[in-house]
Amino acid sequence: MEHYHMNLNLKVWRQKNNASKGEFKLYRVENISSEMSFLEMFDVLNEQLIRDGEDPVTFDHDCREGICGACSMYINGKPHGPWQANTTCQLHMRAFKDGDTIVVEPWRANAFPVIKDLMVDRSAFDRIIQAGGYISVNTGNAVDGNALPIEKDKADSSFAAAMCIGCGACVAACKNSSAMLFLSAKVSHLALLPQGAPERKSRVMNMVAQMDKEGFGACTNTGACEATCPKEISISNIARLNQEYLMASLTAE
Amino acid sequence: MLNAKIPAGPLESKWTDYKGHCKLVNPANKRKLEVIIVGTGLAGASAAASLGELGYKVKAFCFQDSPRRAHSIAAQGGINAAKNYQNDGDSVFRLFYDTIKGGDYRAREANVHRLAEVSANIIDQCVAQGVPFAREYGGLLSNRSFGGTQVQRTFYAAGQTGQQLLIGAYQALERQVALGNVKMYSRHEMLEIVKIDGKARGIIARDLVSGKLERHFGHAVLLCSGGYGNVFYLSTNAMGSNVTAAWKAHKQGALFGNPCFTQIHPTCIPVSGDHQSKLTLMSESLRNDGRIWVPKKQNDTRKATDIPEDERDYYLERRYPAFGNLVPRDVASRAAKERCDAGYGVGSSKQAVYLDYASAIERYGRTEANKQGKNNASMDEIIAMGKEVVKEKYGNLFDMYEKITGENPYEVPMRIYPAVHYTMGGLWVDYELQTTVPGLYALGEANFSDHGANRLGASALMQGLADGYFVIPYTIGNYLADEIYSQAIATDHPAFAEAEKSVNDRIHQLMNIKGKQTVESFHKRLGKIMWDKCGMARNEQGLKQAIAEIQALKKEFWSDVRIPGEIEQMNPELDKANRVADFIELGELMCIDALNRNESCGGHFREESQTEEGEALRDDANYMYVAAWEFKGEHEWELHKEALNYDVIKPSQRNYK
Repeated sequence: MEHYHMNLNLKVWRQKNNASKGEFKLYRVENISSEMSFLEMFDVLNEQLIRDGEDPVTFDHDCREGICGACSMYINGKPHGPWQANTTCQLHMRAFKDGDTIVVEPWRANAFPVIKDLMVDRSAFDRIIQAGGYISVNTGNAVDGNALPIEKDKADSSFAAAMCIGCGACVAACKNSSAMLFLSAKVSHLALLPQGAPERKSRVMNMVAQMDKEGFGACTNTGACEATCPKEISISNIARLNQEYLMASLTAE
Repeated sequence: MLNAKIPAGPLESKWTDYKGHCKLVNPANKRKLEVIIVGTGLAGASAAASLGELGYKVKAFCFQDSPRRAHSIAAQGGINAAKNYQNDGDSVFRLFYDTIKGGDYRAREANVHRLAEVSANIIDQCVAQGVPFAREYGGLLSNRSFGGTQVQRTFYAAGQTGQQLLIGAYQALERQVALGNVKMYSRHEMLEIVKIDGKARGIIARDLVSGKLERHFGHAVLLCSGGYGNVFYLSTNAMGSNVTAAWKAHKQGALFGNPCFTQIHPTCIPVSGDHQSKLTLMSESLRNDGRIWVPKKQNDTRKATDIPEDERDYYLERRYPAFGNLVPRDVASRAAKERCDAGYGVGSSKQAVYLDYASAIERYGRTEANKQGKNNASMDEIIAMGKEVVKEKYGNLFDMYEKITGENPYEVPMRIYPAVHYTMGGLWVDYELQTTVPGLYALGEANFSDHGANRLGASALMQGLADGYFVIPYTIGNYLADEIYSQAIATDHPAFAEAEKSVNDRIHQLMNIKGKQTVESFHKRLGKIMWDKCGMARNEQGLKQAIAEIQALKKEFWSDVRIPGEIEQMNPELDKANRVADFIELGELMCIDALNRNESCGGHFREESQTEEGEALRDDANYMYVAAWEFKGEHEWELHKEALNYDVIKPSQRNYK
């Protein structure tokens, strides 16, 4: 792999807090290595801003290995940037070339209010989980782990849905700011397992109701969520969610 | 000598006896008792959920935007449990024995035995919660091997075991939030412990969004705030992982146990340059199938694939034939350093060794061809089938490697090098997980208790969940049973006001320095001192230098750090400055501890104490104790010792040959 250095122009969304109006600001960073991660490039920018006596750019990030789901930048019109199946922290600068202008914005959705700059409030996702995204089993009640064999295919499909990192890229990508991919991943994770069966109906009904209450938009099946999901959560989960919801509605007491 | 309050009686019945005799709190009284939990990783989330289920009033705090993002989420390989589903001779005793031996005989027998006892319950609990562990075609749970053991006892969910376990605990926690038993405070950081009449009675927390300080009362406080690997600046920890909560507790009287015991993980992606902000682990599970080698020739510049088989040195297989590539982490890390220091390293930095999957791909391909009855499969077909198998087992790790390095590990061997990963040291706790401050507990990586001088792979997840699900629900009752007459204390109590004032003063002091150097630059300098002089190999002279350098760095930090922004707003630089200030003080203590322990054990390698073959040489006569440090004032600590008594296992020189 050939390494190179580049100078870049950054157009970054700056917003002091939720009450104030934001704007784009232009910055220049120089001598950026192609081996850096995108967030390391932002570290360089922030060090530069601090030295120049300016306020550094605030953004969410933590594990920097693509699993915690904290990082959330909308880069050149795409959540998490140009690479497929990728988070912002795992995007590396070899995706760009010398002289590029990169536009960076926060997730934009009514249900994700901006806290500062590129940082948004995604607590709506926690509240959706609170509405039913669990199996009600207290500590100490479990039977032996092998007492309940689960078909490998089912377990694998459940795991594929459970891989969701709750980053919210699906919402940011959707023109309606729908949270259906996030919600369907959780409903599928639990509905595909026998342990999830007892609460299957109430779970889907309550979680959908909470999603609507949070102000997420409706799903119109454009597939933008699936295309942008860093964990490649399949849109077929949304089909399963609709099925679960319909079944639960029809058989509601 | 410290008293760990280990129950009397034979080892295998201590925990059962304890549970049978500890005090209980009746349900009506539990509703009146408040518990504060700092941190929502595996230990914190499982404790919060379990205590909430029992009926305690719980307040949980995390600095992340959601409890689901705690760094337990990044654990890859798996979780150990003595289930013996593989019929390969595993048992509670074996898991206990492997953990004590892996820890190089510096862990407490009673704690480790309890850990092994509850390990099986953890798997059952997680399955019941819907954790989608890997399964075999018959529908039963799958296992794999990990370093330092000769049985297959590791349960896993691809390379995302920590994520799946944390989501299980997080969902249990959110269920309690919905039921009103737990109140969750995200984007909050604990900045002080409040003590009243010698007992922990609450915390001062900072709302990281508004910057405002808050007072919270609790009848007990649980610190589940993780490890302090970020003292090295570069580590596999998340950017926000920090020692602050534990350090505040330490300065309020909680002893700090074995601070110098840090784990350097052998298989991480090497540093690519000065811009590096963190390091990424490649799961130890990769050592199951991957083979580690360097060229037999020094400074060999050929491409890995151009180096013929007989010119490769599979140095772990050569030095440790019995365990081969699956030696414990400390042994594997030092062996990699030894080869690189001797001039056999690879890659542009020469600070890397190869982790090669070529032979595993071929082996799996042949098995697959047999399974499918393709007896005449060509080599290309075999390789293609082998890649598919490897992809299913380790796909996400291989993808991650490619994203970071731009190289395809299915085609060329990965380059790896050791990196700081875990800290075995932490707040000293007794058998009940209580620190030396009554009412203040430490769980998970934040305590020092179970891994001795070296943690075995897949044991961190086990310990975090054991502490949270199965230990603290019993031991905290033994304390709180005597607190049922204590009314909640109003937070206008002078102790709260005083604690808040000290936090406030410190924040103002930091903001008013208005110096020239960034927080990040200080953190990097601290990390370099620690890595060079208190890293994989340590010696007296280096440690003494490091202590002097850290003291000087501390002075410079407090006179020249520049923190932009304001106090009462979202200000990540201020958050970081608070944490780095504590890391600097911790760094000094780690070096003092490393200097005091003039023996090699586990991850702590004193160059003065090694065998002729370069293996770690313990000094049981002089150092078979836990070093628990009491904070006495700036640059001043007093050493307390907890003697380690091995009633069941006879300590011996660790041998993985």
